[in-house]
Amino acid sequence: MKIIDSWRIGKKYGEVQALDDLTFSVNESEIFGFIGPDGAGKTTLFRIITTLLLPDEGKMRVLGVDVVRGFKELRRKTGYMPGRFSLYNDLTVQENLEFYATVFGTTVKENYDLIADIYSHIEPFRKRLAGKLSGGMKQKLALSCALIHKPSLLVLDEPTTGIDAVSRSEFWDLLGKLRKHRITVVVSTPYMDEAMRCDRVALIQNGKILSVDEPDKIRQGFSRKLFTIRSADKYSLITAVRKYPGTLTAYPFGETVHITFSGDLYDDSLFRYLEGMGIKDAVISEAEAGIEDRFLELMEKGATA
Amino acid sequence: MKRFLAFVKKEFLHIFRDIRTLIIIFGIPVAQILIFGFVVRTDIKNAGVAIMDLSQDDVSRKLTDKIISSGFFLNTGYLSNYTEIETEFRKGNTRAVLIFGKDFGRNLTREGKAVMSIIADGSDPNAATLITNYTMAIVRDFNIDIAGPALSGSGVIVPEVKMFYNPNLQSHFTFVPGVITLILILICALMTSVTISREKEFGTMEVLLVSPLRPVQIILGKVTPYFLLSFINVILILLLSWIVFDLPVKGSLVLLLAETMLYILMSLSLGILISTISDTMQQAIFISFLGLMLPTIILSGFIFPIENMHQVYNLVSMIVPPRYFIVIIKNIMIKGTGLMFVWKETLILLLMTIFFISVSIRKFRLRLE
Repeated sequence: MKIIDSWRIGKKYGEVQALDDLTFSVNESEIFGFIGPDGAGKTTLFRIITTLLLPDEGKMRVLGVDVVRGFKELRRKTGYMPGRFSLYNDLTVQENLEFYATVFGTTVKENYDLIADIYSHIEPFRKRLAGKLSGGMKQKLALSCALIHKPSLLVLDEPTTGIDAVSRSEFWDLLGKLRKHRITVVVSTPYMDEAMRCDRVALIQNGKILSVDEPDKIRQGFSRKLFTIRSADKYSLITAVRKYPGTLTAYPFGETVHITFSGDLYDDSLFRYLEGMGIKDAVISEAEAGIEDRFLELMEKGATA
Repeated sequence: MKRFLAFVKKEFLHIFRDIRTLIIIFGIPVAQILIFGFVVRTDIKNAGVAIMDLSQDDVSRKLTDKIISSGFFLNTGYLSNYTEIETEFRKGNTRAVLIFGKDFGRNLTREGKAVMSIIADGSDPNAATLITNYTMAIVRDFNIDIAGPALSGSGVIVPEVKMFYNPNLQSHFTFVPGVITLILILICALMTSVTISREKEFGTMEVLLVSPLRPVQIILGKVTPYFLLSFINVILILLLSWIVFDLPVKGSLVLLLAETMLYILMSLSLGILISTISDTMQQAIFISFLGLMLPTIILSGFIFPIENMHQVYNLVSMIVPPRYFIVIIKNIMIKGTGLMFVWKETLILLLMTIFFISVSIRKFRLRLE
């Protein structure tokens, strides 16, 4: 059985098409990521999955149940962590957890093994008010609260936004451990590097899915030869290479610029051109495409199509 | 049930951890009662009184002496003309003018009856009531004095009270029912609407909706703590007004508390209704103040008598629930009447409550839109 089966889901806010013809499915026990920029429609989609919004078009079954008609049943089986951590800031860590446990008809004790890995990090602060926790700790508490009733499906809306890099990495380690409890995770993130930690990802932009696959396969889908070029003056470099006639695309990427050429080739004329622009220290080498490169390529195609 | 109790416990924690909420719930009522208690003194001392004696006879002079020497009053001057009364009040020192008409003494002996007038400055209704009451008590005393030796032979002085500026003279007792009416609608409606919209604003409503909690459980869970606290509040106000003002409940206490519960329920359901149409706390506060506080103060008859209102306002006040509760509570507390006299108002409140509850449960959104 598919955990989520979405067929041509569409959603409009007035004139704005927030979601457009989304068809995808999520398998059991996988970590399924939605990657896309702000405003791509991730939150809207997650609210439809969690029965908080009704789709305008299409059908969706979650855990075999229709999201519109079976919302009561689904609300017992899914765990949801909204973009803003939905914690009560004036309750302590322990009170938050116990409240959510009781509301979902269970106790902290009953499912403690499920959250032990996560909760053990914040347990020393259980008497502290949730509002006084750091971002990373809030996120772990919110995750514990969303997990406490042992949901079959866990929906996490941008759980790592605004969290420091160490906590982010730790958080993904914890998500990985949920596989052994056979909990399916649907997660969204604006960070490309996190896409690699999902089993499968969907690239989403302007309410449309551009591609769904394993992250490695998406990466390999990059259709051209990719080069990386670096110089001390990155800003001048990128404006210069974008003007070079042989350049197809040039995007800044960390300290370097990722660049593709028509015919996947470049020659000495590039260096002469750059020298003419005052850049003498340019170094170029072949590079392996990352998921972000593929995403940018797909976006470019979507924009010209 | 367990879920519901956990929810109620959470609400109590919210209330007890937020000092502002506590101040609104318990601080404001106590402060209001005590401020009123301070301002409204139940004894007078050296209240300014001007005398206008047009008769200048033996009896009028004796009575004047008795009044002035009582210690409660201070003579601020003698007037000789009715036109001087207003100027005298404007000066600010005089709280009342005692008028003995022409032939005061002669009327008393010839006709066995003489009329004296007490004109009090009604802009301070509490002082005015006290001054006239004290004066009348002294006149009664004086009547017994002159009647004593001559037995029923001589005559009676009839004091006639008139008010300047505020002819209706609202009794200071009416503020207690008014404060209860205002406080209850403030706490119940404002606080419930704010606490529900707070869940929306902080995003916790999303998770509550996704949880197996039913809308009825969420609504009742929000309402129960405020219902209990408001009820404690009413008892607190009644106790305070009894201790500070010596104002007991004249009618049935059980009936009063039952009516109060109905009114609390009405206010709570109104609060939930407000929360269903507001997405932020700001909005909820704004609607509560504009939609509830102002009408309660202005249109309920708390301050301005409904009979004196323009017809349009009178019609508008028909849909202001506190209007009915003020009638009920005044009747029970001050007049001591029973359900027989307030059943109409009770029925209206009951219908309003049912209306608000059914609308708010229907309007409570199971989803985010």
